[in-house]
Amino acid sequence: MRYYSSRSALAVLFLFPLLWSGWSSLRGQDGGYTLGNYAQMARFGEGLPRYFGNSLLVSVITVVGTVVVSALGGYAFARFRFPGKNLLFLATLAILMVPYATILIPLYVLLGYVGLQNSLVGLALVFVMFQLPFATYMMRNSFEAVPRELEEAAMVDGCGSLRALIGILLPAVRPGLITVGLFAFLASWNDFFAPLILLNDGSSFPLPVAVVSMTQKTFGAIDYGMLQAGVMVMAVPCLLLFLVLQRYYVRGFMSGALRG
Amino acid sequence: MTGMTHVTAARAGRGRRAPARPGTLRALAGMAYAAPTAVIVLTLFLAPLVLVVVMSLHRWPLLGAPTFNAPANYAKIADDPLFPDAVVFTLKYTAIITVLLSALALGLALLVQERRPGVGFFRTAFFLPGAVGFAAAALLFYGMLNNDVGPFGFLGVKWTGTPNMALTSTIMLVLWRFAGFNMLILLTGLQSIPVEVYEAARSDGASRWQVFTKITLPLLRPTLALMLILSVTGSLLAFDQFFIFTNGGPDNSTVSMVMVIYRNAFFKFDLGGAAAISVVVLAVLVALNTLQLKVLR
Repeated sequence: MRYYSSRSALAVLFLFPLLWSGWSSLRGQDGGYTLGNYAQMARFGEGLPRYFGNSLLVSVITVVGTVVVSALGGYAFARFRFPGKNLLFLATLAILMVPYATILIPLYVLLGYVGLQNSLVGLALVFVMFQLPFATYMMRNSFEAVPRELEEAAMVDGCGSLRALIGILLPAVRPGLITVGLFAFLASWNDFFAPLILLNDGSSFPLPVAVVSMTQKTFGAIDYGMLQAGVMVMAVPCLLLFLVLQRYYVRGFMSGALRG
Repeated sequence: MTGMTHVTAARAGRGRRAPARPGTLRALAGMAYAAPTAVIVLTLFLAPLVLVVVMSLHRWPLLGAPTFNAPANYAKIADDPLFPDAVVFTLKYTAIITVLLSALALGLALLVQERRPGVGFFRTAFFLPGAVGFAAAALLFYGMLNNDVGPFGFLGVKWTGTPNMALTSTIMLVLWRFAGFNMLILLTGLQSIPVEVYEAARSDGASRWQVFTKITLPLLRPTLALMLILSVTGSLLAFDQFFIFTNGGPDNSTVSMVMVIYRNAFFKFDLGGAAAISVVVLAVLVALNTLQLKVLR
């Protein structure tokens, strides 16, 4: 019994803030329960559909981009020998060593040069770059774990390496692809610092920047109920996704390469 | 890399009539698959890395043409009104967080190490805050620790009213958000320790404390090292928690290094100065990570 009581007390401690946030997002000014805070939030600034859409767009591009680039790259690093291979792999991992801020200030200038300033596509490309060390490492290991005979048999049958990749290898590394996609989604959906620096037009803000702006006094008194509704809109998709894909999330830790 | 491509091309040219050697073809295919990675690393990582150094050598206003002014941006770092204090504050914060976070994460990992009915629920419960974005977590605490609307108003504590309380509250936020994350890292390390080692120790009559200090901790060393590096790096680069939750206050007492970089770039419009601080932070971080790896491994 002691086993469960101490752990349950801790579980309550960790779950309480989430429960409080959900509860207070549903509390009306008069003390009753209402969806008023959400309705209020839907009209905030440029409107919830806009911010939600921006976040979704950036996340989808990031997930697709990360999965495609790291699957191709992981395949190359696991199965091919070519000049510059080790150098490129090390350069990709080196992204982990460099502080976010150090790279975002010049990226702000650089994206401006190529007309991607204030662009959600530019932001998503930056997220793909930040995901590459983990994703490439993960996919390389996934491909290395697949027996070579599998694709060699296909090549003997006249398949090129691309058809072997698409038809045989990709299904075999599906768990790795899901892990990489999940991490890419959580990172791009939740990131605050990169959009804060790279975007300067309110109508292109993703959710975190938009909801943080609710706490800025320029919008008058802070509406705390609406603020927690904003927290819930950001958090609930991640919580659900995590609960469904927990197995794949933990796989990412097992591979031992992570950015905190 | 271009030089090497040249060699490959020359080699392919030598065997003119014969079909290209399969090895060369495979190398080309490999390069094609790695090309997207190469393009992204080159344009979005290496190019900005060079540019940040170039920027740090120029007077680089947010708008308008840059002019060369080296080493003025570096020389003025010490005179920055916020940066020296921010360095001290960030180091203090990093030390406190790393100690508390490691202890808490290790405690949680040990609590949910054994397979028992219901242990999955506890693991999930401890980790769940980690699935929430950090910005969302900071906003959650922003409301929860507000005494007018939060559940703790009756305590009468000024959560962000004094410098020490603001730091304490931020530490609670970070521990809540990251304890489960670090617990998961340690759990993978704990589970890689063979059960036989524990059984052998117990049959030799080792106490629980002896098992922990003589077996668990030494064998957990590589995992602890990874966790420490992640924690130190993450804390030195802290931004979201202080920007959103304390907004640097009260009286600029919780301004982190990265916040100074941000303020110099986008409030003072001095990108060159911000770049110079970024380069210094980068150098310190690379040195520190190298040192940590040497000491801990």
